[in-house]
This record gives sequence, structure tokens and C-alpha cells, in this order.
Amino acid sequence: MSNDRTREVIVIGSGPAGLTAAIYASRAQLSPLVVEGEPSSTSDQPGGQLMLTTDVENYPGFPDGVMGPELMMNFRAQAERFGAEFITAKVTDVDFSSRPFGVWVGEEEHRAEAVIVSTGARSLMLDIDREDELLGHGVSTCATCDGFFFRDQEIVVVGGGDSAMEEASFLTRFASKVTVIVRRDVLRASKIMQERAHANPKIVFLWNAEVAALHGETKLDGVTVKDTRTGEKSRLDADGLFVAIGHRPNTDLFVGQLELHANGYLKTFDGRSHTNVEGVFACGDVQDDWYRQAVTAAGSGCMAAIDAERWLESQGH
Amino acid sequence: MAEGIGNLSEGTFDEVVGSADKPVLVDFWAEWCGPCKMIAPILEEIASEQDGISIAKVNVDENPDIARRFEVMSIPTLIMFQDGEPAKRLVGAKPKASLLEEIGEFL
Repeated sequence: MSNDRTREVIVIGSGPAGLTAAIYASRAQLSPLVVEGEPSSTSDQPGGQLMLTTDVENYPGFPDGVMGPELMMNFRAQAERFGAEFITAKVTDVDFSSRPFGVWVGEEEHRAEAVIVSTGARSLMLDIDREDELLGHGVSTCATCDGFFFRDQEIVVVGGGDSAMEEASFLTRFASKVTVIVRRDVLRASKIMQERAHANPKIVFLWNAEVAALHGETKLDGVTVKDTRTGEKSRLDADGLFVAIGHRPNTDLFVGQLELHANGYLKTFDGRSHTNVEGVFACGDVQDDWYRQAVTAAGSGCMAAIDAERWLESQGH
Repeated sequence: MAEGIGNLSEGTFDEVVGSADKPVLVDFWAEWCGPCKMIAPILEEIASEQDGISIAKVNVDENPDIARRFEVMSIPTLIMFQDGEPAKRLVGAKPKASLLEEIGEFL
């Protein structure tokens, strides 16, 4: 099934980058189609990673902070206001080998002169036995959603970066104790997040450690912790497990069509949003393994829309 | 004509779910849950399109006892009640097509 009309711009993904690109593109009269992804309880969903966060305290313009989901609903409403169209589904295939480019959602084919890729990155899971089975039964991908159910219980958070610190601090609102399991003996987290975590009496750190196994019949009741230096294993009681060990870019769709860095992130060139394919632009976390902030993603989404607009103009559109 | 989505509370839950003449899909949700907000419009659509089931919501913030009773530990959780008993449980947000497929046997 093909949609006859060739569009000027299709945006793939709907986090801060994709929605900002959609705002700029729609204001430039490019009537973008945003393929926003499909609902899930992981970070790979419409609205992106911020859909799973609570207070966003570092997005400029909100002196009292703003809730992640609320911020993203506002981004979307703003894009819609200027005429962006949305499809709530995942792109299943793309063809960037000839123009207009092809973007498929299942059997449904869409064509566009320019494509903006903003598929973001998703949170990594531990990838150990029983993790999927215990999902929703103690193992959680969303501290914001599920912290509430662990009132006066003991929780394990895995990870040493900002998101791990943020989750640990947030979870102390409910839990009696939060044990943060860190693979090394230092944290990657920013100074302010480290200080906040260290000052919290409910948070304890377990250094040089990783989770080796999950226990519990119908719901999680403990984990096996392995010392990363000695290999020694011990059991730690836990009712909840939250994982924040990093991200992987959502670039599977583009392998063989766009140039990727060795770590899987998309390559952009000359400090702009151009990919190696003329007419395909990339923005947000899918091409950024360094800053990975909502505000930098939004900024790069603006760049991609402007780059796309100017490129379309140069092509006589 | 299918009906809209009602809110259940600790006072009304047993009566509504227990006396329903068709399966009731209960959506456990809360205001602060992003994925819950994503599936809310999908559930509205299903409620208006499907006559074979009814759909109701439980705000876990306001009704923690119902959530505890059915061991809800993650939201969104959808539980299909048949003759007042939980018959199927779905954890996590899902696209409409997958939801319909998962509850297909009840439609």
C-alpha cells in the first residue's frame, strides 16, 4: 500500500529532537509527517526517554522543574499546532538509496524528499536470566511508574551515572533502603548528582559489584551480587530492581544505509546534521553519545529542520 | 453502542467488576506515569469500538488497596476480569494492535 503523495519531510522519532524538528519544519510550511513510535514501557516510545522521568530540573524555562511526560506532551502539542501530522507506529523499513526516500510502517509506504532521523537511544537492560519474566514483578524499566509500589521496601539500583543517581534519589521517596550497585569504585555521575546521592541516608553504595542472578518465585525477592575483582558471590535481599547502566542508539533500521560510528551512533558531518546521504539528516541521541541532554537534543532537532529546509530549497522545493 | 471508561474506587470496584455481564478490562494507572498516558487514548478507542468488553480505570494513587490486592507492581497494568475474577494480566504499555491481540479471546 503506497501513499501517493510525496512529502517534503518525514521525521522518524518523537523525543525532544524529533518534535523540535517537527515544530521548526511545520512552521517552515514543510508539513512534516512524524512517525512517532509505538507505546511501550521502555525508553523506546513516543516522547522518548523523558516519558520515563519525573522532575526535569535542567530544561531551561522551567524554574521550578517540569515533569518529563508533561514536557513531552507540550512539545507534541506545539508541533501539532503548526500542522505536523503524526503516525503512532514504528518505522519498519527505510530506503535511502534513491529519492524520494521510502519509509515503511509495515505494509504502508510513505515517501519524502527529506528525512530527519531522531530515533534516539534506549536504556540497556542487564540481559541476564529471568529478567523478562520478572519484569513488572519487581524488575522495572520505569522508576517513575513503579517506585510507588515499593513503599518501605528494599530496592537495588544498578549503575553509576546520572540516571542511576536520579533513580536512586527518586526511589528513596518510597523505599526504606536503596542499594546502588556500581561496577567500578567510582561514579560516572555529575558532581551535583553524586553529592545528592551521598547525602541521602537511605542510599548505600556497593562498589566493584554487578548483579549476576535474580531470585524469587513469582516476584523478585533478591539478587546475587558478584564482586568484579574477586568473582566472589553473595546474596542481597531486594524487592525491586531498577537498571540504569547506559544506552544503545536505535540505529538497527539504518545499518547498510547510513554511516555509523563503531559504537552504533549515526555519523553527522561538518558540525551539522547532515548524514552521508544527501537529504537525510540526524539529530538527538541517535547521533550523540556525548551530551545526551534534552536541551541538546532539542537544539539539534532545530538544526536538522533548518538544514532540511535549506537543502530542500537548494533542490528547488 | 459501547460505553465510555468509568473510574473505579475502593467503594465501587467489587460491585462493578463482580456484577458485570461481560469481561471488564481494568486499567491501573496514575497521573505521574508517562506510559499510562500513552495508552489512555488507545483504551478510549477500544472502549468505543468493542462491545464485547467494558473498560474501567483504577487510579492507584487514590486506591492503593485495590492495587495491592491484585499485586500490581508496575503501571500501566491491565487486568481482564471475567465473572469478577482476574483472567488475564498485561504489564506495560503496548501499541493498539498488540493490546487487541492479547485480549482477543475476550472480545
